Formats: sequence, structure tokens, C-alpha cells
Amino acid sequence: MIQQIPLEYYLLLSAVLFTIGTVGVLTRRNAIIIFMSIELMLNAVNLTFVGFASFMGNNAGQLFVFFVMSVAAAEAAIGLAIVLALFRAKKTVYVDEVNLLKW
Amino acid sequence: MSLSVLLFGILSILAVASALITVISKHPVRSAISLVFHFFMLAGLYLTLNAQFIAAIQVLVYAGAIMVLVIFVIMLLNLENENKLKSKYNILQWSAFLLGLGLVFLLGVTYLSTGTGLQFAPEIAANNSTAQALGKALFEGYIFPIEAIGILLTGAIVGAIVLAKKKLS
Repeated sequence: MIQQIPLEYYLLLSAVLFTIGTVGVLTRRNAIIIFMSIELMLNAVNLTFVGFASFMGNNAGQLFVFFVMSVAAAEAAIGLAIVLALFRAKKTVYVDEVNLLKW
Repeated sequence: MSLSVLLFGILSILAVASALITVISKHPVRSAISLVFHFFMLAGLYLTLNAQFIAAIQVLVYAGAIMVLVIFVIMLLNLENENKLKSKYNILQWSAFLLGLGLVFLLGVTYLSTGTGLQFAPEIAANNSTAQALGKALFEGYIFPIEAIGILLTGAIVGAIVLAKKKLS
């Protein structure tokens, strides 16, 4: 008899991963690492979606994972293009050194 | 201890560890490689939930496409270690760390106090997450979101090309 893991463990794991991503966004200054931390947060939410979809016997959650993934792909293309343009203009990817809108 | 519990434990510990390395490590390439590892661990966790198609898509899209793009940009920019900006931001970093602890405490208390009471049904979950079942549900009930995603991706392609061009003329 296989003992099954309850849904709460998946939710807790997803909360921990989401928090790691949040702390990464808040503490890091490198724009690319901030971007990767955002990917971590999106993946944590995906884990919650898949967990609920499997435990409720309904695949709507898995469909939302598709939509999250396609938005993440679009965000990757746009975000990295912005980082490239920023590096061309200011020769830096550290968000502290980008203060054009600060007064 | 049964096999599924052992598998969940190993996968979750490796996922948390690789996420921490992603956030902490100084060199961007190291955190990108660690993030690829993290995506593979998440694909394994999806397999423990009987979501096999999502696991395959996770490896293909995230570990394949998105991370190749990230590593390509890191190579293009030729970044070095991030050590000159360290000491100034200690207060900010500690407050962010405390904020994160508070967030995980809040989420954990919420999840554990309001038990969901749901039971895992392996056969139903496995039947629901085949490519056939997902495609059927996707094109029957979510046709408008699919069209919206198509417009979004087209706009993203055009925007990325415009942003990455050297000079607009």
C-alpha cells in the first residue's frame, strides 16, 4: 500500500519556493537574476495549480499552467530584450545604477 | 516510509536547495544552471502528481527554451561577479529576509490551518492529464484565452525585435 503525500505538503513547498523568489527579487541588484527570481515565483504558483488540479480530479488547473508558461515565455523575450537595450544605453545591468527617472 | 514519500522528500529538498543557490550565488551563469536543475526537479514533482504532459512541457519550455535565452543573454553581456555593490545594502537585505520569513510563516499557517481535506485520486489525475484530455478541454472551454495568448506572443515577438535592434530608423 503506497502512502500518499497530502496536498498541504505541496502547498507548503510551493510557498517556500515563492518566498525564495520574492527574497531574490527584493535583495538582488542584477537585472538578470531578478528576472530568474520572477521565474522561480511563477513556477511555485504552477506547482500549486498542478497540485490542486490533481487532487480535485479536474484539469482546469493544468490548463492555467499552459497560460502561465506562455506568458512567462513572452515575458522572457521582452525582459531580456529590455536588459540588452539597457546594457547598450547605460553599460550596466544593475538596477541601482539605472536612475534616469529619479530626481 | 513509502516510495512516494521518499521521492517527494528528495525532490523537494533538491528543489529548495537549487532555488536558494539561484538566488544566493554571485555569478549569473551559476544561478542559471542551478535554475535549470530546479526546473528538472519541478518536472519530477509534477510526475509525482501524475501530471505527465505538464512535466514534459516544463522540461521543453522552461529548461529548454527560456533558460537557453537567459544563458545566451548572459554570454552576450559578458557579466562578471557581483561584488562591488555588496556592503551598502545590508539593512535592505536583512529586512527583505525578515519579510520573506513573515511571508512563508503566513502562507504556511494559512495552508495548515485551513485543511483542504482533498484526497489524491491517481487514476483520475492520470486520465485528466494526458495530452488528449488536456487538448480537448483546452479547445472546448478556453478558446478565447488561446486566441489572446496568440496575440500576446505575436506582440512579444515584435516587441523583442524592436527593442533589441541597434538603431531605429
